[in-house]
Amino acid sequence: MSSFLDYLTLGIVLGSMYAIFAIGYTLVYGVLQLINFAHSEVFMTGGFVGMIVLTEFAPSRPHGFPSVLWMVIGCLSGMVGGAAIAWCLERVAYRPLRKAHAPRLVFLLSAVGASFFLYNLCGKLFGRTPIQVPSLYTNSVLFHWPGTSVEVRVNQVVVVGAAVVMMIALDRVVNRTKLGSGIRAVAQDAETAGLMGVDIDRVVSRTFVIGGLLGGAAGFLYGYAVSGQVVFTMGFVPGIKAFAAAVLGGIGNVRGAMLGGLLLGVIESFTVPLLGSEWIDVAAFVILVLVLMFRPTGLLGERLGRSA
Amino acid sequence: MSESEPPLLELDRLEVSYGAIRALRGISVAVRRGEVVALLGANGAGKTTTLRTVSGLLKPRSGGVLFRGERIDGVPAHHVVALGIAHAPEGRRVFPVMSVLENLRMGAYRFRGGARREDLDRVFGLFPRLAERRTQLAGTLSGGEQQMLAIGRALMARPELLLLDEPSMGLAPMVVRQIFEIVREINQQGTTVLLVEQNAAQALRLATRGYVLETGAVVMEETAEVLLRDDRVRAAYLGEGAA
Ligand SMILES: Nc1ncnc2c1ncn2[C@@H]1O[C@H](COP(=O)(O)OP(=O)(O)O)[C@@H](O)[C@H]1O
Ligand SMILES: [Mg+2]
Repeated sequence: MSSFLDYLTLGIVLGSMYAIFAIGYTLVYGVLQLINFAHSEVFMTGGFVGMIVLTEFAPSRPHGFPSVLWMVIGCLSGMVGGAAIAWCLERVAYRPLRKAHAPRLVFLLSAVGASFFLYNLCGKLFGRTPIQVPSLYTNSVLFHWPGTSVEVRVNQVVVVGAAVVMMIALDRVVNRTKLGSGIRAVAQDAETAGLMGVDIDRVVSRTFVIGGLLGGAAGFLYGYAVSGQVVFTMGFVPGIKAFAAAVLGGIGNVRGAMLGGLLLGVIESFTVPLLGSEWIDVAAFVILVLVLMFRPTGLLGERLGRSA
Repeated sequence: MSESEPPLLELDRLEVSYGAIRALRGISVAVRRGEVVALLGANGAGKTTTLRTVSGLLKPRSGGVLFRGERIDGVPAHHVVALGIAHAPEGRRVFPVMSVLENLRMGAYRFRGGARREDLDRVFGLFPRLAERRTQLAGTLSGGEQQMLAIGRALMARPELLLLDEPSMGLAPMVVRQIFEIVREINQQGTTVLLVEQNAAQALRLATRGYVLETGAVVMEETAEVLLRDDRVRAAYLGEGAA
């Protein structure tokens, strides 16, 4: 029982990170029917910016509340970095193609090219060896699962808490604000949205920025609380998994991405005791294939804008 | 109406192409304030292309679109609606996974403060069916209800000019009559209407004037009564005997 809860805790931590990462794929897919493969570099950017801010500015041994505060600051910086890169990506790699009515395949090539460029640039700037994220912070046990000795640590709570706050905020933006109705309208019928007065370019740009905020946060949280380090290739595998999570939940569907991410994290976590850690990367995709065989549009359906 | 006042909408020798396909070959059309003008023609004549050019979805190759005497061709669609032109497009194009109410709110997207209470009340007054179904997803409405929603949504933008593209398409005759009755009411409340139809009989009963389009050119321009009595129109579009 206690080890079950241990793995569940780890799975939820990992899953909430995948969830906010996956939202970026699903949002952009929603408005452009495009898989933004360069989103993994938004994640990487978030990791690096957060690492740099902590290394440069944080005091070496904050304790208690200040340590959590610095984690939040790291996360916010990662979000800003991720959003900036996502905004640039849309401007440089996609908008010119949209204006030229380029075929789908060209977008894909542009995405892959932008991704190569960004992670090689990062490798050039920061070296190709992993850099430790300062891990000097209090990470004490915050509480135990009721009636057990299973520990839940501060960092884990911060990761899940940050993800939950972001998901609630996003859900509100998408469903309750004018920008959100613009996003949903563009996802359902871009041209008609334009007839209603929606500036499609602006909505698309802001959608990238929102995805960038969440992707950057995911990158920071991953580097800080999961792997403990950042490296120029760090976006690749988690990126594929977050994309898989988005498909699992139903691509284009925001709540689907949340559910898919969480499920994927938990499944991965339980793969370790059940099959061994070398199966982690396999398990996620086996589940994905199985789900898609029975529900080709993902768990919650692809319908753009249903809760998107 | 004074002679000096320019038409509300004027298409001046408008040419529009899709690549090598010339869809409009220099058409000139005028819509005066308060009118219902019908744009008739067979499938592929260029009716939809005309409306899409007016609302900024297409850019003309040459010629101009003038609204209140000012050039608006080249203005992007999301700005055209703010000038006072609302477009209920062909095939209704309601947002399928938004509720009726959300669709209507989308119609008022151009306003900073969102949809106004009195505009919603007006639309619900014209289309009581929509009021009953305000929380239903638009994709689950019947064809007639979707058409009502598309028109209602366009009205939410408070247009001076309403563009309607084949509102009768695929609907039962009774529903068509009902919808055309409401379009008449909308016009009487002060909105100018440019109505595209293949269903010439219904359209001409509503319209003051009409244009007949054939392969991208205007072949007739007459008052509705004249068109209704014209042999060619009767033969081609009213399904009455061969010419
Ligand atoms: N997107 C498009 N690409 C190429 N040709 C088009 C396109 N849309 C319409 N056309 C062509 O332009 C002409 C006019 O079409 P349209 O304006 O839709 O006619 P209508 O609305 O009167 O049926 C037709 O010959 C049609 O095939
Ligand atoms: Mg048409």
